[in-house]
Amino acid sequence: MNRLLILGGGTSGTIAANRLRRRLDPGSWAITVVDETDTHLYQPGQLFIPFGIYRPRDIVKPRRRYIPPGVDLVLGEIDHVDADAGKVVLRDASELPYDYLIVATGTAPRPDQTPGMTDGAWRTSVHEFYTLEGASALADKLADWEGGRMVVQIVDMPIKCPVAPLEFTFLADAFFTERGMRDRVEMVFVTPLEGAFTKPIASKHLGAMLEERKVALESDFVIERVDPDARTLVSFDEREVPFDLLVTIPLNMGAEYLKRSGLGDELNYVPVDRQTLLSKAHDNVFAIGDASDIPTSKAGSVAHFSTELFEDNFVNHVQGRPMTRFFDGHANCFIESGNGKGLLIDFNYETEPLPGKYPLPGLGPFTLLRESEANHWGKMMFRWVYWNLLLPGKEMPLEPLMSMAGKEVGEA
Amino acid sequence: MPLASIDGRSVHVDDEGFLTEYDEWDEDLAKVLASQIGVDMTDDHWKAIRFLRSDFKEHGETATIRRVDVVGGISTKDLFRLFPKKPAKKMAYIAGLPKPRGCV
Repeated sequence: MNRLLILGGGTSGTIAANRLRRRLDPGSWAITVVDETDTHLYQPGQLFIPFGIYRPRDIVKPRRRYIPPGVDLVLGEIDHVDADAGKVVLRDASELPYDYLIVATGTAPRPDQTPGMTDGAWRTSVHEFYTLEGASALADKLADWEGGRMVVQIVDMPIKCPVAPLEFTFLADAFFTERGMRDRVEMVFVTPLEGAFTKPIASKHLGAMLEERKVALESDFVIERVDPDARTLVSFDEREVPFDLLVTIPLNMGAEYLKRSGLGDELNYVPVDRQTLLSKAHDNVFAIGDASDIPTSKAGSVAHFSTELFEDNFVNHVQGRPMTRFFDGHANCFIESGNGKGLLIDFNYETEPLPGKYPLPGLGPFTLLRESEANHWGKMMFRWVYWNLLLPGKEMPLEPLMSMAGKEVGEA
Repeated sequence: MPLASIDGRSVHVDDEGFLTEYDEWDEDLAKVLASQIGVDMTDDHWKAIRFLRSDFKEHGETATIRRVDVVGGISTKDLFRLFPKKPAKKMAYIAGLPKPRGCV
């Protein structure tokens, strides 16, 4: 009996469990998923919690419901992976031996990595929205905030869902406008990047959208520490940004057990081949979703597209055949822009986000890099798609590899 | 990629002047590149630049500030002192490597 162990039952781990269970003979393959909790969180929904659009109960479901029959779910905390011995050891000292390992434990915000961030003002005037607890605390804060200087700040890249800080800013602008208090809020967007976003054309479009909304941009800001008493961000080049309310996107890191196991890089991400997701160090270890070091967005769409190709690669690899489905870094992200509109971006390792139509060239229904109501509805409907099509690993009418069809080149 | 003439030598560069060919670089060229952006090379500067070169050779990516700190053992504070304002960009420029990718 071959033993496949999947660490993490989030987006990519669950898709992989569903797809591989259908592909691998149950008589010769046992599949086990390990996760700490039985709660599966629809992570894109966390963005809407601070504004009262979603409540926590709208975005959680039992993890077990999405793990297919024939796959074991073990709830426990991972202590370490012994890759040479081919086993995973849990905190309670129980051991799970494997023949093949898939690391799918994602990435998480680490406010503890920035001096001063979790001191004193944490969850009072210093907030984040990348955890259910944090997003809920921020909702409480915004519900009766009187206004002042709101700073949205990114500590370092890469982060999970790199467009979310901009979306939060756009939604906050709409939220304050609707409540008739926009003139009492000064908004600042602080980033370690040179502009609003990572890629030049998208950065220009999104930067203009910040300007239209009268949001000041503080770029190239590499944070050294938060001064919770003076309510100030201090950069390594000694710039200071004061705030009344800080919404930070803390440093993102892969799981700590990967560091303890010697499997992670400086941010605990597993170095893999960027086309096949096979570990560079171990021939029976893969890393999928946010847990790997591939240079594209840490996003659900990437987890989805890459895991679809990975399924074929895995089956070929375990049967001793060459892997033939090469991932191109395809990412596809809705960007909420407030007032019932949104944008969509579609890109990969080589091609930056461009304007155009998606998925059907010339028709859409979605527009790339421009605001439309259809994009907003696409984003809102995606929650249903996530639970009902994406996690179960059903076929969707979207190509895993990026296409240039429908994209406008040189018209940005 | 355009060709540029630096210190009498012809090298391949991108639109922003970053060298694109790993093997067209040597430490003499680095001194010229450094002086172009107002950096006077000391032992501490060389330690950072040599780390970037060897790390790139091994991994095929230009190290981020965080990687130079955690893996290379030179603190971010020191990097800002050695290469003021934009250490990641300046180090890559002097080391003849691509600008570190702003991760997407």
